[in-house]
Amino acid sequence: MLLNEFLLLGAVLFCIGVYGVIARANGVMVLMSIELILNAVNINLVVFSVMNNDIAGQVFALFVIAIAAAEVGVGLAIVLVIYRNRKSIDLDQVDLMRG
Amino acid sequence: MLLLAAVEQNADAPDLVAQNIAFGLIAFMMVVSAIKVVTTKNVVHAALYLVLVLAGVAAQYVLLAAEFLASVQVLVYIGAIVVLFLFGIMLTRAPIKGEEEHTRNWIGGAVTAVGLAALLGYTLIDQYGSSKLPEEVGIGRAEVLSDSIFSTYLFPFEVVSILLTAALVGAIVIARKD
Repeated sequence: MLLNEFLLLGAVLFCIGVYGVIARANGVMVLMSIELILNAVNINLVVFSVMNNDIAGQVFALFVIAIAAAEVGVGLAIVLVIYRNRKSIDLDQVDLMRG
Repeated sequence: MLLLAAVEQNADAPDLVAQNIAFGLIAFMMVVSAIKVVTTKNVVHAALYLVLVLAGVAAQYVLLAAEFLASVQVLVYIGAIVVLFLFGIMLTRAPIKGEEEHTRNWIGGAVTAVGLAALLGYTLIDQYGSSKLPEEVGIGRAEVLSDSIFSTYLFPFEVVSILLTAALVGAIVIARKD
């Protein structure tokens, strides 16, 4: 198999995730898009690990998965608090600190 | 487009046909589902499409002979993170029936994403145009992975476990009512 198939798949997933982060206003949807981005990164790590016959890439993919779990936990807690305080998770309305 | 380019490049590599067909099918499913994740109005459907993408990633890991990562992907992502998302959707009563959720700046997002895809695609094709993966994948067995984690990467591993504990406590402190 070609290395590029996997790299291009990762690139496409990454770009879709970036679109989601920019275009969606719902806080939960932004977190989901971040998951897409992290998965694209993981595909790259694993395919380079196979390419270079070095296990380090897969170890780092495991770390990325663990940190993604932590990130989703804290992120959803924050979204929950925003919802409780403002009855909405529209990120455009969370602009108290805008100058 | 990028995937079509990859498939075209692949035409002169007739070996491993089954793997290439499997890759193409799974990759197509993943890209379609990912687009649905970021475009569908129904938040619950988005979470379910996310399951398809994550399962596709796990299948790609199997194709790359990284079985342990594939099982971790299924356990942690599909088993835990998607359930967390569904809880988040339930607790925030996000607009489920495609009510408003005004999309903000989707033109800017689309331009950024397409530009980034073009840039990345050009760079990748230019750099790795015909690099082939080794046919016999010698690594990826859980044994090698665990040896590496518990020797070379022992300290980062412990740091990650502390981070997970801290994130757990932090999430509870942030979200609890009082």
